[in-house]
Amino acid sequence: MHGPAPAHAQPGPATWIRVLVLLTIATVLEVLTYAFESTLGALTAPILILFAIAKFVLVVAYYMHLKFDNRILTGIFAWGMLIAISIFAAMAALYHIYGQPLLTP
Amino acid sequence: MSQAHAAASHPVEEHTTTGISHNRLMMWTFLASDCMFFGSLIWVYFAYRGRYFEPPYPRDLLDIPYTSVSAAVLLLSSFSIVMALTALERADMKGFRGWLLGTILLGALFLGGQYYEFTTFYHEGLTLTSNLFGTTFFVLTGFHGTHVFIGIVWLLVQWLLSYFGKLTPAHVERFFVTTLYWHFVDIVWIIIFMLVYLMPY
Repeated sequence: MHGPAPAHAQPGPATWIRVLVLLTIATVLEVLTYAFESTLGALTAPILILFAIAKFVLVVAYYMHLKFDNRILTGIFAWGMLIAISIFAAMAALYHIYGQPLLTP
Repeated sequence: MSQAHAAASHPVEEHTTTGISHNRLMMWTFLASDCMFFGSLIWVYFAYRGRYFEPPYPRDLLDIPYTSVSAAVLLLSSFSIVMALTALERADMKGFRGWLLGTILLGALFLGGQYYEFTTFYHEGLTLTSNLFGTTFFVLTGFHGTHVFIGIVWLLVQWLLSYFGKLTPAHVERFFVTTLYWHFVDIVWIIIFMLVYLMPY
């Protein structure tokens, strides 16, 4: 038995500000992607997903300290995400098989 | 050495077999399960997306500039809470309370914005039972709003406790767990904002 890991060596306010700037830029680009939807066409959805993933990873890795924390915690969170994504993918595949693909108006 | 510094140098000890505090382990496990919860709600939204047989339709209702500001407010609250955590780690209680109050106000602003959006939609004819868009939209964003509300109450309690000496730099781990919950609320909104508001219909 031993005590919990000591307070993680984490970056300070300068890093938090850099992450905030990146998050803001990504959000602005997301909205611009939406605004230029007619120009981007089929690329709109993948671009939006990429920006959202980038923002998600930035918050989880830095603000939630997962980058600096015990790997077990990354595994626990990744496991929950994996199950959620698997259910989503399985249901999307089922809908596709039955002729009702997602994103179709 | 100030009282705060003295407290910081003697953090609350607990024994664990993993090297991870129990609270932190519990919170990450809860967040993993909450991923599945929101994953299922998002899935239901997507399953019926674009299959709305009656107006009002999302294109006529969703106000992207307005929601973009709401999204920015929530992102900003993630920044302010991480600054509060840093202040607490540095035993800067004044800074901690300031950043924490900022986070609470930003959260309340987001929630107020959601209330305004919901009432606007209601007056436009969108209710929980008007069509599938109404049902899936209100359930998904409503549950997210409930999470934000719980987060605000939790932060408010921590803010008050700090005035009574019940939340000191010695309790940094306890506050860290609260910040995890708040950031999770933020990342869920990142996904909802992209899938519900920005994704082309």
